[in-house]
Amino acid sequence: METAFHLLAAGVLVAAVAAMSLRHLVHCALCLVAVFAAAAGLFLTLGAEFLAFAQVLVYVGAISILIVFAMLLTRTRAVDMASLSVRPRVLGVTAAGAVAGFVIAAVLTSGALPEKAAAAPAVPVRDLGRELMTQQVPALLAVGLLLTAALLGAVVLALREPPAAPSGKEPRA
Amino acid sequence: MVELLEQAPLKVGQWWIARVPEAWQPVAGACLGAALIVAVFAGLFALTTWLERKGLARIQNRPGPNRVGPCGLLQPAADGLKMLIKEDIRPREADRWVHTLAPLLKVVPVICALGVIPFGRHLVALNLDAGLVFFFAMGSVTEVALFMAGWGSHNKYSLLGAMRAIAQLISYEVPLALAALTAVLVAGSLSLPEIVDSQAGAYPGGLARWHVFTPWGLAGLVLFFTATTAKANRAPFDLPEGESEIIAGHLVEYSGFKYALFFLGEYLLLFGYSAVGITLFLGGWRAPFVWLEWVPSYVWFALKLLVCIAWFIWLRGTVPRLRADQLMHFAWKFLLPLGLLANGSALLWQASADWAFPGATWVRWGLAGGLVLVPYQILGRALMGGAAALPRRYRFAE
Repeated sequence: METAFHLLAAGVLVAAVAAMSLRHLVHCALCLVAVFAAAAGLFLTLGAEFLAFAQVLVYVGAISILIVFAMLLTRTRAVDMASLSVRPRVLGVTAAGAVAGFVIAAVLTSGALPEKAAAAPAVPVRDLGRELMTQQVPALLAVGLLLTAALLGAVVLALREPPAAPSGKEPRA
Repeated sequence: MVELLEQAPLKVGQWWIARVPEAWQPVAGACLGAALIVAVFAGLFALTTWLERKGLARIQNRPGPNRVGPCGLLQPAADGLKMLIKEDIRPREADRWVHTLAPLLKVVPVICALGVIPFGRHLVALNLDAGLVFFFAMGSVTEVALFMAGWGSHNKYSLLGAMRAIAQLISYEVPLALAALTAVLVAGSLSLPEIVDSQAGAYPGGLARWHVFTPWGLAGLVLFFTATTAKANRAPFDLPEGESEIIAGHLVEYSGFKYALFFLGEYLLLFGYSAVGITLFLGGWRAPFVWLEWVPSYVWFALKLLVCIAWFIWLRGTVPRLRADQLMHFAWKFLLPLGLLANGSALLWQASADWAFPGATWVRWGLAGGLVLVPYQILGRALMGGAAALPRRYRFAE
């Protein structure tokens, strides 16, 4: 288990560095997918089976596709070799450093860090679902509402059409 | 005797593992399971290519492969050999790593996904608590592989084909998951062996209590296999390949064994989804009648899988390919609402399980079945726009 953790952690780091430093945007996106996958592996070593599979399903299967689609659809030239400008770099490093600092500080001060790796308790999916449907229902409903709003927004965006086609030649459905 | 046959594969496996040093036994067990899955399903892939070519030939009134071996049975071996010794061509402009890794990423997750399926009473390589989620997660990784193949080839047809394929896969994943959810709702578990166990027992008369013999189960099965057809890129939903429109889409720059790997991945995905469909709705490895339970469970599973494969071959030989917009409308306007209603029907079935008044079974069937059938009719008619009543009009390019 220890070896698996070290391998996966190294994989996350290498892929993350690659995702930030590679010149080609699509390569960066694919490296980000590798980060997601390795993070799912990390969840598995922690005994969080369901979380790991959901991570693969949502991040590797869907979010990554969203990223590459967004990339290909928003750029006129799909494969743009242009390098990023240097100016926002200071801003970016500051923001990233602040976030990382907050997370590290939160983890260190939480006092939840055990001295020795304890055997991870495997939570059955049934209990997870029950918890979600009883204790965590407000969060679940809020997320559901948010996603519904996003879905409706997407439909409205997709529905917008140019006002009344001038000639009678409408495109065949 | 029955028990012996049932236990036979397990016993052989254990005998084999016992010869390995103690410390390596878990690893050996895992390797044995993985090797068996790869060997059996690669063999089934070879057999299916032959069955498919023979079946399609039969439908189209021609002999099909009949030169290599008896009845052309060795044709898959010849094809495999041809694929192996073919030159591996990579376009100069193609992205080397992405282009090479795509076929691997198409095949490997699918093989992993096959590990969670209970092939028999004692034959499940990975008994995961969230097995179904694992299966769907692994199935969704192929979308990344498609993108890599399409983009890495540096060919506009590849890229367009990949975009179309990904759009199709994502669209059909929704009804697929909804259809699978019906069985999860009723069984109350995401573990595939437990879902099989929820179909234990028999109706009076000896008919097994499979989920398909309930209104929601029947609806779920039809939805599941329809979505599977699209998800596994099979006719009539084989637009991603679309050789007459976008010259085989993301596959256009692949040759040799990489090309064969894509097809291996596609067929393994088909087997995997069929196996999950069997597990969710068709009783998994259980016999259809009580008096047939002496046949070993893995034989039942294999038989059911072969019937599913035959169904997909038949469908491919019968139905013409859809248009891209029809494909999307079908997923979002027809399968998605019906999937939601099938879940409602399953809930109703569960909630009315303790009704005991005379004729309760009929009322339950009427309510749960009507909840799916009536919208099916209304939706179908509305989406056809009354076209079903008119004679078909053929319009050609103007």
